[in-house]
Amino acid sequence: MEKLLEEFSLGLFVWQTLLFVALLLLLKKFAWKPILDAVNERETSIKESLSAAEKARDDMEAVQADNKRILKEARSDRDALLAEAKTASIKIVNQAKEDAKAEADKITAQAQETIRNEKKAAINELKSQVASLSVDIAAKVLQTELKDQAAQEKFVSELVKEIEVK
Amino acid sequence: MLILLKRKSLFLLALLLTGVVYAKDKQENAENLSAKENQKKEIKEYIMHHLQDSYDFSLFSYTNDAGEHVYFEFPLPIIIWDNGLKVFSSSKFHHGDTVAEVDGNYYAISHNKIYKTDAAGTITPDEDGHATNIAPLDFSITKGVVSIMFTFLLMFFLFKSLADSYVKNGGIASGVGRFFEPIVLYIRDDIAIPNIGEKKHRKYMSFLLTVFFFVWFLNMLGLTPLGINVTGNIAVTLCLALITFLLTNLTGTKDYWLHIFDPLGSTMKWYAKIPLYIILIPIEVLGIFIKPFSLLIRLYANMQAGHIVLMSLIGLMFIFKSWLGSPLSFGLAFAISLIEVLVALLQAYIFTMLSALYFGFASEEHEHHDKIEAH
Repeated sequence: MEKLLEEFSLGLFVWQTLLFVALLLLLKKFAWKPILDAVNERETSIKESLSAAEKARDDMEAVQADNKRILKEARSDRDALLAEAKTASIKIVNQAKEDAKAEADKITAQAQETIRNEKKAAINELKSQVASLSVDIAAKVLQTELKDQAAQEKFVSELVKEIEVK
Repeated sequence: MLILLKRKSLFLLALLLTGVVYAKDKQENAENLSAKENQKKEIKEYIMHHLQDSYDFSLFSYTNDAGEHVYFEFPLPIIIWDNGLKVFSSSKFHHGDTVAEVDGNYYAISHNKIYKTDAAGTITPDEDGHATNIAPLDFSITKGVVSIMFTFLLMFFLFKSLADSYVKNGGIASGVGRFFEPIVLYIRDDIAIPNIGEKKHRKYMSFLLTVFFFVWFLNMLGLTPLGINVTGNIAVTLCLALITFLLTNLTGTKDYWLHIFDPLGSTMKWYAKIPLYIILIPIEVLGIFIKPFSLLIRLYANMQAGHIVLMSLIGLMFIFKSWLGSPLSFGLAFAISLIEVLVALLQAYIFTMLSALYFGFASEEHEHHDKIEAH
């Protein structure tokens, strides 16, 4: 301890204190403060950049998810449209078929009506011709075979009774 | 521990070899032995002289053919206050060999201190061997002060350039700053923040950084062949420890003082605390002073011891003067030098670390008390 005290030099202590405190204050102003500020600034900027990148990635993911969703929606829309079109086409085809059938039926019915009318007319024609022919034939037969008035009349009425128009 | 063991075993080996050499020397005559003893004494004096501060910056010295010491050195200014400021060159002392005459007053160096004497340079010692002459106030620019000034300039320009490089280089260090920036960050992230806390570490950062680099650089300067021993000087370590002491106690929070004068807090009734506090409070108060005192002694003793070991080993080379002993001492000195490079950094780290720890105590907040109550 005594040796320590003997070794102690006040001059060196004073110089050391002066120089060290001066160095401390100078470095504080010109070095440590700017250095620590710059480092802090750099660190916060790195942190911010990282969080910004993270955010950008999240945004990107959200956009991609959106795209996927939209694509999916479009696909389902398309499917729905297709299905609708299909049913519509089937419906139209069926409708057309029905219409065609109805038309055909109508035409058939009309044709049958016409045929029936024609047939009736033909039958009537035939009837009238047959009648006139029959009358002619009968007249000729009667002219030759029936001279007797009474027999003639009897015969005619019998004939008339026999004739049944169908 | 391993290093210590290794150091021990190497020492044993050295001792053994000394024995061998000594046995060989025994055969030589007594005159030669006394010459060897003279050499040992000279080396011891040289080491002691080196450990102390000096009034001139000597690079090396040799003995010429005429048998006188020739020094290769720079004289440094002597500044003393003795009824007025007196400034003169240290060359006037001729290494303490002569008396310096300034303005009709005579001064002489005794035990590395300047005393006022008469023209003959008489120093009158008391019964303990201390000089009783008047010692004028001495503010000389000694070798230590020159080294501190050099470190001052080195640190200022080094870290100023680092700070400027951030501005010039867009927030990224360039040049030599690239090496020092991680160290600055280490001190902030692994010394200051864990010990003091995120919130309060800022106001102590300047001191921690300055003291770390100051001690480190001066320790490293001490390993150069210039023979500087500043951090192994009690006045320098006292100054550094004193600043730690003042910063700790001037920035101490209410909790810090409460911890010293009321360490048990509300865990006990006041009348139960009185007998305990008769012992506890003096211990705590003593602790305020012991903490920085341990800082100053640790740094001083470590650097001093390192220099003694290193120089002794170098001195051994000249004592051995043999093919076996001298290379071995050289190898040992080399190994110790490498360890000293590590110690230089380690002591700077320990000083900074413990200062940060004490600042941490001083800036503690309430959560510490909650912990105590939880026990």
